[in-house]
Amino acid sequence: MLRMENVCKAYAHRGRLVKALDGATLHIPAGDFVSVVGPSGSGKSTLLLMLGGMLSPSEGRVLLEASSVYDLSPSERAKMRREKVGFVFQTFNLVPYLSALENVQIPLFLAKMEEKAQKDRATSLLERVGLADRLDHKPGELSVGQQQRVALARMLANDPAIILADEPTGNLDPETSQQIISFLEEFHAEGKTIVMVTHDPRAAKRAKRTLRLQNGTITCQNV
Amino acid sequence: MRLRTLVLRELFERKSQLFTSFLAILLGITVIVSIKNISYYSEKAVAREMDSLGANVLVLPKTATLQDYYSADMQGDTIPEEYITQLAVSDLAGLDNVSPKLSVPVQLQDKTFTLTGILPKNEFQAKAAWSGAGVFTRPIGCGASVGMMGSDDKKTLSRKQVITTLEDNEVLVGADVAAKLNLKDADSLELLGKKFTVIAVLPQTGTVDDSRIFAHLHTVQDLAKKGPVVNAIEIIGCCQEISAGLVDKLNRLLPEAKVVTVAQIAESQIKINRMMSNLSLMFLVIIVCVGGASIANYMYANVYERRREIGTLMALGADSRLVLKVFLLKALLLGGAGGVGGYVLGTIAAVVLGPQLAGVPVLPMPLLGLAAIGISVGLTLVASYFPARRAARLDPCATFQEV
Repeated sequence: MLRMENVCKAYAHRGRLVKALDGATLHIPAGDFVSVVGPSGSGKSTLLLMLGGMLSPSEGRVLLEASSVYDLSPSERAKMRREKVGFVFQTFNLVPYLSALENVQIPLFLAKMEEKAQKDRATSLLERVGLADRLDHKPGELSVGQQQRVALARMLANDPAIILADEPTGNLDPETSQQIISFLEEFHAEGKTIVMVTHDPRAAKRAKRTLRLQNGTITCQNV
Repeated sequence: MRLRTLVLRELFERKSQLFTSFLAILLGITVIVSIKNISYYSEKAVAREMDSLGANVLVLPKTATLQDYYSADMQGDTIPEEYITQLAVSDLAGLDNVSPKLSVPVQLQDKTFTLTGILPKNEFQAKAAWSGAGVFTRPIGCGASVGMMGSDDKKTLSRKQVITTLEDNEVLVGADVAAKLNLKDADSLELLGKKFTVIAVLPQTGTVDDSRIFAHLHTVQDLAKKGPVVNAIEIIGCCQEISAGLVDKLNRLLPEAKVVTVAQIAESQIKINRMMSNLSLMFLVIIVCVGGASIANYMYANVYERRREIGTLMALGADSRLVLKVFLLKALLLGGAGGVGGYVLGTIAAVVLGPQLAGVPVLPMPLLGLAAIGISVGLTLVASYFPARRAARLDPCATFQEV
């Protein structure tokens, strides 16, 4: 489903060339649940964003279902993200002036769904993550755990085949982290392909396999 | 969720920033609308005053001196009547009315009066050469003679300097003449050996016209044995055309004559018009600079603040065009509201302050509303375009701190 072929990503930082990813090659089949671990600055988030069509590599190719992601035009890539990829962020990235319901409606609005259908779908997704009584609450009126659940509902809105989660439990207490990981397991059981960047070894263990990154290089792929 | 919802929610989320930018554009448009509104009605009022004064341009013989504007036609020298034809067939704009005069002294009951020959309007219309390109078929600038064409009221002469018809045995008499000779409508009198009927006694004007008797120009020419000549040609010229150089054009057209204008009146009107137009131009420049800079600054700050939100939208599948639309729609709403608000406030200010500042009643001008909205929306869109483009080109990865 997802493939990286000898991908490199180099940044120029204060006149020095920094390699965020160095010759990364991997294959993630459909229905896989992969955790990506490694120290800070090892290139985990870079790898995740590249898989999601958000960051082009300096070298190599990223393929999604056999099509080279970065050979697509920017609008085609946006369409691909809209239809196939769901992002979950460590800091949730909810739009602060929109209610929980409206936040979940955003991907549906981007997919040009009718307003009534948007509301129905967003309501059922928020019910699924246990926020039926928080539809009209703004992010600032929700706990961090509730905010991450809104973000999960938003991620599910367009029923993406691939879920890319960047430290989804990084800002949460252990109990809430447990809840979020359980949701991810549930989505995986439904057939979604999940790539999760995490610092939390307990969360990493819940995945089917773990990739370890060190200085931009994949050093270990445990099954 | 619609694009509009997204934009409106964000607009009201950051009210304080919104308020300062909105205020800049609102006040600018308010000032422009009120100045334009007041100056429009002020110009109209002055045009009406000029109209009530009668002729504001005189064509005289070269040798004439101008001691008294209103008796300038009572000097001995003459110019050919042919000049009227030249004026009538010329392509000069702004000649609202043309009135030739030939004055001769007459004795009545041992008192000296002035017999002035004038040309009624039907004489102009009768001349085929004039009817196609004549002064009366041109668009009328200041509106001085609008509605006079069909007027049968002989007393229009006292104000408009033109009457529609005048037979060769008919006269109009000034108020003082009528009082001294005890004349009234339909009375008869003899002038230079010819009998005339008084068809109207003119109302008091406070000028030398009160001491005049008016007869047909050609009759006076015959009685005075002067041939086809006149002492003066009075012209009601449009103020705007006078300011645009009508007098110079007349001088070029009639190089053998002297063309003078009611300089002070015309100049003061020109000055007011120029001042008002410069003032509104100045405010337009200020609003474009200050309002535009304020909005551009607000938009740049807004884009910077919303980097993460823009990145999130892109991660969720928004493309650059949508991000551009979000910011431009915001600018459109801001500009539209500024234009409508500025028009309403500016109109209220003009209606309330106009009578005090310019001494004229001021009414709302709906057309200014369209201009206000157009300027406001255009300005906000232009000022917001570059910040919006910057937002649309943001690297979504750079917007996430955790990268």
